[in-house]
Parts: sequence; C-alpha cells; structure tokens
Amino acid sequence: MSERIPTYPGTPLKERDFADGRVLHTWWVPKADYAWDAGVAIGKFLAGLKEGRILGITCPQCHRVLVPPRMVCEHCFVPTSRWVELPGTGRVKTFSICTVRWDMERLEVPIIPAVIALDGAEAPTGGGGGFMHLLGEVEPTPEAVRIGMRVEPVWRPAAERTAAITDILYFRPIKVSINST
Amino acid sequence: MKMRRVAVVGAGMTKFVRRALETADELSWQATKMALDSCGLTLDDIDAVASGTAPDAFDGVHMNSEYLCPGSGGWNKPFIRCYVGGGTGVMAVIHGWYHVASGLFDTCLVVCEEKMSSCQPHPQGAFLTIFDHTLERPLGPNLLWIFAMEMNAYMQRYGLSHRDIALVTVKNRRNAKDHPCALLGEDITVDDVLNSEVMAWPVRRLDVSPISDGAVAIVLASDKVAHRLTDKPVWIEGVGWSLETAYWTNRDLSYPQQVEEAARMAYQMAGITEPRKQIHIVEPYDPFDYKELHHLEGLLLADKGKAPEMTALGITRRDGDLPVCPSGGLLGVGNPIAAAGLMKVAEIFWQLRGEAGARQVPGNPKRGLAQAWGDLMQVGTVVILGVA
Repeated sequence: MSERIPTYPGTPLKERDFADGRVLHTWWVPKADYAWDAGVAIGKFLAGLKEGRILGITCPQCHRVLVPPRMVCEHCFVPTSRWVELPGTGRVKTFSICTVRWDMERLEVPIIPAVIALDGAEAPTGGGGGFMHLLGEVEPTPEAVRIGMRVEPVWRPAAERTAAITDILYFRPIKVSINST
Repeated sequence: MKMRRVAVVGAGMTKFVRRALETADELSWQATKMALDSCGLTLDDIDAVASGTAPDAFDGVHMNSEYLCPGSGGWNKPFIRCYVGGGTGVMAVIHGWYHVASGLFDTCLVVCEEKMSSCQPHPQGAFLTIFDHTLERPLGPNLLWIFAMEMNAYMQRYGLSHRDIALVTVKNRRNAKDHPCALLGEDITVDDVLNSEVMAWPVRRLDVSPISDGAVAIVLASDKVAHRLTDKPVWIEGVGWSLETAYWTNRDLSYPQQVEEAARMAYQMAGITEPRKQIHIVEPYDPFDYKELHHLEGLLLADKGKAPEMTALGITRRDGDLPVCPSGGLLGVGNPIAAAGLMKVAEIFWQLRGEAGARQVPGNPKRGLAQAWGDLMQVGTVVILGVA
C-alpha cells in the first residue's frame, strides 16, 4: 500500500452470504481417478514390504544407501546399483501430533506423523535416509514422543499385506534397548 | 553476462480478504490498473506480462493465469505464467526481470492473483496432492504435517520454546494494523498464540497465516524507460532462486538450505558481501511464524538458531535495526499464495520510495530484500531492491 493511494478495491464476503443465498455462485464436484505406476525402484521397495523387508539402494559413487530407493542418485547423478536390506529400526527425526483432518475437522484420536531415519541409511552426504510414517503404541503427547526416539516397524500380518506403504502399520518405540549406544 | 538494469516503477494491490466477491479476473484487473496508474502508463505501454497463480486446483480452473489474462493485461502480448508453490510471487518478479534485463522488452507487468476461497470445504484439499502418491498419501497426510515437523525439528535443534517463536505472530499482526489491505491487523499477545487451538503440534492456530483472496501487480521498466517515468525508480539489484531435492524426508529439516542458495546468488549479483549491514529491510516469507525465523537464518541475516533472539530483542520491529515484515507479512496482511509473495516485493518498493505511510520504516532505507519459499519445502526465491 502506498500513502499516495487513498482507497483499495476488494469486497469481503462472509460465509453467511453464501448460506443465505445473497451471492450468486456455481458449485462443482470434480471426479478425478488416477492409477499411478509404482515405477522400477519403488516397485521393488513395495515388493520388499510385502515380504516384511525394508530395502534401500546404494549409490556406487557416494556410497549412500538411499531410502526411499530411486534409480538415480540425484547427488552424483549416476545410476544406483546394489540393493541392501535394512534392519528396519531407526530413530524419529521429527514428528507432529496432529489433531485436525485436512478439512480442519477435529480428530477424536490424534495421529502422530513422523520422519523415520532408518538405521543403515545414514548418509555421509545429505541429511540421512528414511521416509514418513506414523507412530503408534505411544501416548500422543509432546512429553511421550521425542526426537531421537528409537523405533521399530509394526507389520501388518503377512497374509493381509498388499505391497503398499501401509504394510507397515506404524513404527513404535523400542522398549528394551539391546545395544545401548 | 551483459544485462540491462531493471527498475520497479509502479505497484498496486487489492485488499486481502477471506473471501472476495470479485472473481480472479476482476481482482487482477483492479491490482493491474492501480499499478499502471501509479506510474502513468496504459496497457499500450506494456511489452510483456509475467503472471503467477498457485495451483490450478484452488480455482478449479485449468491454466488459471491464462484464464484471467484479460484482467492482468496479458491478452495479445508475450505472456508467461509461473508456479513454484509459495515461491511464486517472487519468482514471477524474477521472470519479469529477465524479460527486461535480457533486452527483449522495455516494460513488463508482473501480476499475481490468488482466490483460495473457491475450493470447498477447505483449500487445503488442493494441497493434498503435493505428497507422494505411493509412499505418503496412503498415510492420510495434510499440509500442516510438513510445517509442524519442520517447526519441531527447528525447535529441537536449537532448544527453542514456542514462546520464542510466537513473538513473530504478535509483531506481524501489529505491523499489519497500519496496512489498509490487511486481513488480520490487531494487537495480540504471546499468550494468545500459545493458548490458541492446537492443529498439528507444535503448530497452533495463531502460528498460521490465514487463507485469503487478493491480487498484486507491479510494473518493471528498463533503465532508459524508468528514468522517463519517475525520478524515484527502485532498482532490482539482484535475484536468486534454487530448488532442493524432492526427497524431503532425506533433508536436514532444521535449516532451509535452498533459501541460502537463492540468497547467495542474489547477494553476488547485487555485490553484497555483508548482508547484515547492506540489507536495511527484509520481507521474508512468513506463512507460519517459525518460517520468518527460518528464512532470516537461510538469508544469512541471522546466525543459525539466533533469529528468535533477534526478535525478542526487538531488532526485527519496524523501528529496530533490521525491520522484518514491516508490511505485517502473510501472518498479518494475509496469504493469497502468489499474491502474498508479490505483496512483499511491493512493500519493499513502497518502503524504499518513502511512501509506506504509517508503516514507513525510519532512517531512509536504501536496500531491501523480499523472499518467498514453497513447493514441497523445496524452493527459495529472492529479489533485492535498492535506490541510489
């Protein structure tokens, strides 16, 4: 805004203006269906999940174990080569405790999205490997969940898996630490 | 590389409102007409138009910028539309800049518009497809997640409290009281922020900017044309932009590296070696309160983890040593995505011309920086403006 311009255009409306029919408007509900190919790298990753295994792929140049796996290391821009199975354990890199749905409706039970940094996918360059998932078997409070918390996957029963990210139900805190490092 | 000097010579904007009666086209027209009038030009004087709007899904109109080109003056002219998420409003200026800097055009209109209110029941629905369709969408994410997790990573890394961060919302809403186009100019307290409803911990309702409708336009001109139009041209001294990898879960979420890359490019172009001394006012992108702090650090205007302390000391107030978001920012003026980024560039323009009225930063600032950020927490866009 410049002080040289005394008034500004734009007419604010209220929700009631629509509810009471004071504003002419048109309503449209789109229907859009898609079927996405998983692709080569994620396809193999999903097949691993169906078997209860978390797979990463190695860059031959920087030796990073990349998760999510991809056919090219974007850091070195060379094709990735060697698949490795990771133990599946990791730590919470960051998290939120979400109490609303996307449309701002309240959730009765909060959900805990987190970025999981997987053991074995720690990178000499870049910010560590891993993916987003949910936490479970932990109180949804900032006191109970913490960054750096050790976690392990809880798998869907083998017969019910569909080669999807949801074959992991959630990650839960590792209660007894075998290796205290 | 030989480039021509480019100046901002005019600017205009509509009010930012929760829901506007006017269509996208009508809002664009109002901002564009005001920008042209402010420098005494008509559409016939404009050689090209650069336009920005955020996702087509907001409006439910494919090729939305092209759809509203009657209002933005883009009809029958070389026209370009850009979209880099929240970074769009500043990126559109960069597009306009190289149209003129290249020597191809003498004048270029930059018009950004957003009408978020059309999307029902909530415009966040238009953002859900930002997440990976195979690995992330089956988890039922919403856009707040990535902000909440980034904010948490930032707080944890530097041991920050929510109180440290909430000061940004308080400052920006207070600044917005002096902006006649603002949606949320008011006096609130840190406790108001801390007591507002939790949406996605640590994010509370008052940590977030409001969804809005609005439009902003600026006029760019080459050196020779600018001098004919005004005795107060505001020069684009540097531009920079950079994109991070899409694998966001692999990044260090406590620091916006892509903003640093963009800032370094712009500083180099502007010949700035000591940004903290040479930048006098700054409009960093503030869709959430912590983002202003994050971006001050990414812009190298604060040490890592120290932007909250600068805020607490009052350095970032409008009368402080480094005024930050003197407009009121997205948190106070509103956040019609692409228009909000361009509003920041317009604010620096008005501030450097000494036209900002009640919002005027004291001490005759000579150089300012506007920055935006977006995509999947991926892109940084920076423009540096200066007066002789």
